Amino acid sequence: MEQSYLLTYLLAIPLIGSLLLIFINKEKEQLVKYFGLAVSLIAFVISLIIYFGFDNQSGDFQFVEKFNWVRGLNISYHVGVDGLSMLLILLTTFLTPLTLLSSWNGIKKRVKEFTFFMLILELGMLGVFVSLDMFLFYVFWEAMLIPMYFIIGIWGYDRRIYASIKFFIYTMAGSLLMLVAIIWLVVYSANILGGFTTNLLDLYKTGPTIDKSIQGFLFLAFALSFAIKVPIFPFHTWLPDAHVEAPTAGSVILAGVLLKMGTYGFLRFNLPLFPQASLDYAVLISVLAVIGIIYGALVAMVQTDMKKLVAYSSVSHLGFVILGIFALNQESVQGAVIQMINHGLSTGALFLLVGMIYERTHTRKISDYGGIAKIVPFFSFALLFTSLSSIGLPGLNGFIGEFLILIGAFKSTVLNSWWFTVFAATGVIFAAVYLLWMYKKVVFGEVTNHNLDSITDLNLREKLVLIPIFVFIVWIGIYPSTFLNVSSKTSEKIIKLVTSPQNQIELGKVDAPK
Amino acid sequence: MQIPIEYYLILSAFMFSVGIVGVLTRRNAIVVFMSVELMLNSANLTLITFSSYLGDATGQLFVFFVMAVAAAEAAVGLAIIIAIFRNKLTVNIDEINILKW
Amino acid sequence: MIHLIYLTVLFPLFGFLFNGILGPKIKNEKVIGIIGSGTIGIAFIIAVGALFETLALPVDQRLTIITLFQWIDVAGLNIHFAYQVDQLSLVMSLVVTGVGFIIHVYSIGYMHGDKSFWRFFTYLNLFIFAMMNLILADNFLLLFLGWEGVGLCSYLLIGFWYDRKFEKSTTASAGLKAFIVNRIGDFGFLLGMFLIYSTFGSLIFTDVFSRALSFNVPEHIFTLIAIFLFIGATGKSAQIPLLVWLPDAMAGPTPVSALIHAATMVTAGVYMVARCSIIYASAPTAMMVVAVIGVFTAFFAATIGLVQNDIKKVLAYSTISQLGYMFLALGAGAFSAGIFHVMTHAFFKALLFLGAGSVIHSMHDVQDIRHYGGLKKYMPITYGTFLVAATAISGIPPLSGFFSKDEILWYSYANLGIVFWLIGVITALLTAFYMFRLYFLTFEGKEKFDSHKTHPHESPKLMTVPLIALGVLSAIGGFIGIPEIFSGDHGNLFHTWLAPVFKSAEIKLMNIGSHSHFEEILFMAISIVAGVAGIYYAWYAYLKKPAVADKTASRFKGAYNILLNKYFLDEAYEASVVNPIVKGSENILWKIADNRIIDGTINNLAKLVDNISGTIKKIQTGVAQSYALVMILGVLIALLWLIISYS
Repeated sequence: MEQSYLLTYLLAIPLIGSLLLIFINKEKEQLVKYFGLAVSLIAFVISLIIYFGFDNQSGDFQFVEKFNWVRGLNISYHVGVDGLSMLLILLTTFLTPLTLLSSWNGIKKRVKEFTFFMLILELGMLGVFVSLDMFLFYVFWEAMLIPMYFIIGIWGYDRRIYASIKFFIYTMAGSLLMLVAIIWLVVYSANILGGFTTNLLDLYKTGPTIDKSIQGFLFLAFALSFAIKVPIFPFHTWLPDAHVEAPTAGSVILAGVLLKMGTYGFLRFNLPLFPQASLDYAVLISVLAVIGIIYGALVAMVQTDMKKLVAYSSVSHLGFVILGIFALNQESVQGAVIQMINHGLSTGALFLLVGMIYERTHTRKISDYGGIAKIVPFFSFALLFTSLSSIGLPGLNGFIGEFLILIGAFKSTVLNSWWFTVFAATGVIFAAVYLLWMYKKVVFGEVTNHNLDSITDLNLREKLVLIPIFVFIVWIGIYPSTFLNVSSKTSEKIIKLVTSPQNQIELGKVDAPK
Repeated sequence: MQIPIEYYLILSAFMFSVGIVGVLTRRNAIVVFMSVELMLNSANLTLITFSSYLGDATGQLFVFFVMAVAAAEAAVGLAIIIAIFRNKLTVNIDEINILKW
Repeated sequence: MIHLIYLTVLFPLFGFLFNGILGPKIKNEKVIGIIGSGTIGIAFIIAVGALFETLALPVDQRLTIITLFQWIDVAGLNIHFAYQVDQLSLVMSLVVTGVGFIIHVYSIGYMHGDKSFWRFFTYLNLFIFAMMNLILADNFLLLFLGWEGVGLCSYLLIGFWYDRKFEKSTTASAGLKAFIVNRIGDFGFLLGMFLIYSTFGSLIFTDVFSRALSFNVPEHIFTLIAIFLFIGATGKSAQIPLLVWLPDAMAGPTPVSALIHAATMVTAGVYMVARCSIIYASAPTAMMVVAVIGVFTAFFAATIGLVQNDIKKVLAYSTISQLGYMFLALGAGAFSAGIFHVMTHAFFKALLFLGAGSVIHSMHDVQDIRHYGGLKKYMPITYGTFLVAATAISGIPPLSGFFSKDEILWYSYANLGIVFWLIGVITALLTAFYMFRLYFLTFEGKEKFDSHKTHPHESPKLMTVPLIALGVLSAIGGFIGIPEIFSGDHGNLFHTWLAPVFKSAEIKLMNIGSHSHFEEILFMAISIVAGVAGIYYAWYAYLKKPAVADKTASRFKGAYNILLNKYFLDEAYEASVVNPIVKGSENILWKIADNRIIDGTINNLAKLVDNISGTIKKIQTGVAQSYALVMILGVLIALLWLIISYS
């Protein structure tokens, strides 16, 4: 196959864009905004080109590029996409221009710096999804924290400093254990392969050969890092703070893409690298996931702050994704993958909507609202639509993901119990309770707060931000095959790797053939 | 008659110890500074001693390096002391303890 | 037209999109109303066409599946947007589009002048769209799409007047309650689907049902599946224990109550259980549960209906009660009798609600029957049709309700036993009583409203014509299901038509009772007597000697209060389920577990590091000499160690 440099172009666009941005006069805010939007749109177009060139029928990495970077340690710039990262790349490049557009008026100070950090953030996120080298991955993984730290810390609300430091240190602390595990893994592999390498594809071969007891530790080290990012209960408390204090664009990217890196990490690293440990710990992590689903939903139910409510709902939704991943069958993993996208769209849109109404009223307290259906009809419709997508109404996107995850978990041989599904499914009830309850209090009823009388409905720009998301919400709900097909082969491959009979025999879950 | 090498080394060690004691006990920054110079010179003496004892010129060459560095250090050090004196009107190093937590 | 059946789904969808997008700009009630009801009318015509086409087919080939496109394809789960046209789905489609069309037309008159006229028709069309998906689906998942879709429309329409108060709370709260209670039911439905998929490896009706016959599945699995699905049905069809939402659903506009909360949506549970007849037939325990819940709900709701004073509330409890009858039929294994009652009930209950709407319309939104009276002469058409419907629901021959209700009672005796029959008959008596209490208080007797302020008048043609249409259906609709003993060789037409759908289930049950014709006629006579007795007592207590009613109420004050407050069911749920969860989440989970324990641990960890650093940082005194001393000591120790280790 002809060597393709598309992934490098994809990474280069936000990088070059952000560098060029430095030379724009910061007084020219309009120019800065249009420039940032244009750059992110170009990145989106390139990701679409990659998507159209992507072969659904292959579970392998495509558009692979490899150049030596640190020769002595055999570290290379090694990138490629498979079905899993393809979808997440599309989500990233899709959401970035929308968030830039959404913060057109919301960001009033240091517009240039903001745009700069957003572009760098996009680079970091894309880098995480395309890296096929442990070292390269780790660099992007950590680097991405920095722009997010500044976005929360500079453009956030009142307690932004606390939130940004908490976010930074919490995630960083988790990553350090992963770094130790990476080093162990690489040194171990060097002994087997007879040469030092951080190439993920090589490590895939050596990882499963690690002795069971050590595999467990490595698994946990990786898992902790990803669990904090997802976040899995009980590592979730940075999330409400970060979400509430972050500006709208930050929340959207945080919920839409950053959280997916944790789940992506599980699928990309934990499962294939440590298949035996994955089977060992599947039940434990699924239990935490189910606790997270219910717990997140219950706590979301009693929030008084709209953004915090949505933040806790993320904990609940991501619990579904984790449950799907560790139920380890085709239905559940495919469901988890599609649910990652769904959550990015639905929760992203919820944050956008909360941000839009906040710009008008400067309050996020639910009790300050009531009866705005009359005043802002389009907003009310949009909020209802997004809520319905988020609570998993059939015909919209959320249902596809949740249904596949639950049905997969139900028949999962790895979890081997109905109770996971039974408890997780109560999350579906609670989701309706907290979102529609909020909806009722905010949108229905009589107008009691007369500050609300003068607010205006969504303008064209805001509609332009929301409508593309809505299109995908319906698309995934009605015809999910477009997206499911992309990741189908990849999921199949990962599951086969983990649940291969050999693994199960070693764990004593299946009797050895006589 | 040649003076035995031990004599030089003992002198050098003595000078070094005087320097250390000076650095540790004196309050005046200038005196501390001079004690440091004394320690450097004791090191120089040792270098020269071994150089001549072993018939190797390298040691003497290094003495020049040390003297050059010492001179540079003296220049910078004195400049700092003057700057501090202008600020705090003292060169008593007990009172100069701003470099803490 | 069978192959165009998907248009019965797409036309309402078109109406929904058209009115939803263009409605606010058109603002012309005529256009919106014509589009809104016209699309349903066309759907009805197509359904009728499909019916005749199916009738022309041989009996064993009356099942057609129309596949549109693929929905989900993951591993063994291969679901299409595919519609199944068979005897059962055709009956339901005809009822939904037919009654739906009538109610749409009625709504043009009823909603005239409402500022959100377009929104009303948007929701109604969306409802028909979802309902048609529910009925025509060829698999559980698509059925579930419709199932939740109708729930959504119910939510939206109950809260249609979102800024109005309703009883102690708001219409929006009533809508929310409906949605959430339904979700609890859907939770059961979901689990049922999961269990079906993991047992039979498919969610497509034809696959599942044929495998249910051929696979060797233990009975307890069938029981579980049946119970899970039935939980879904209790939510949607407002049965014990999930019935609390339906009375509150009356907060919506009256046509909504007629269409969704009487004629169509609430019968979805009955349809679903009938659709899965083979699964229920394989699970006798579950059948028993269905029957017990059904008969108990029928009785329970009827007792509450006795004392309600809101015209719509009476009808709401009557609906719950009639739904209980339907489940009793299903539990008795009389699936086609259940569906028959679904149909006749759709006619007369929709008529009752529309009649009530007509009354409310002319009484300027007064809904308390104690303030009506003597309306007969002001609104003759409403009066006449209402009387037909009330007689029908009371089970007086030859109106439609008689045939369907009597069939259910007969089967409950034949297949379940005398106790079920007895409760059923008592319920029939209560039904006749409260329906005619409602009728007498509203249309007969003295005028109890202020005739200077209120001028009752007959409703416009747009509303009365639908009433007449439904009146005709209520009167003669029962004749297609005349029991075998009367119709002779032709047999029960309705039964014969549906027989192929329920054939395998009925074979499995093998409960063709060997009872004599005499018994059947005797029991029929008893139930007629019960109906007449109920009507007579209502006449006696509310028209002849109005004091009797009040006296009875004050004599049994305790019981009266319990009934008036619906057995305090709402309060009980509030105290035992809602409050513990909300308070627990707020006070324990959020404020203690999350803020103090989990986040507290993290923050305390940070504080601990901070404290330790704070202590050790004191070592850095800033005095250069002490640093030098430490350094020299270190050097000395190193030297000493070297000397010792060398010597």
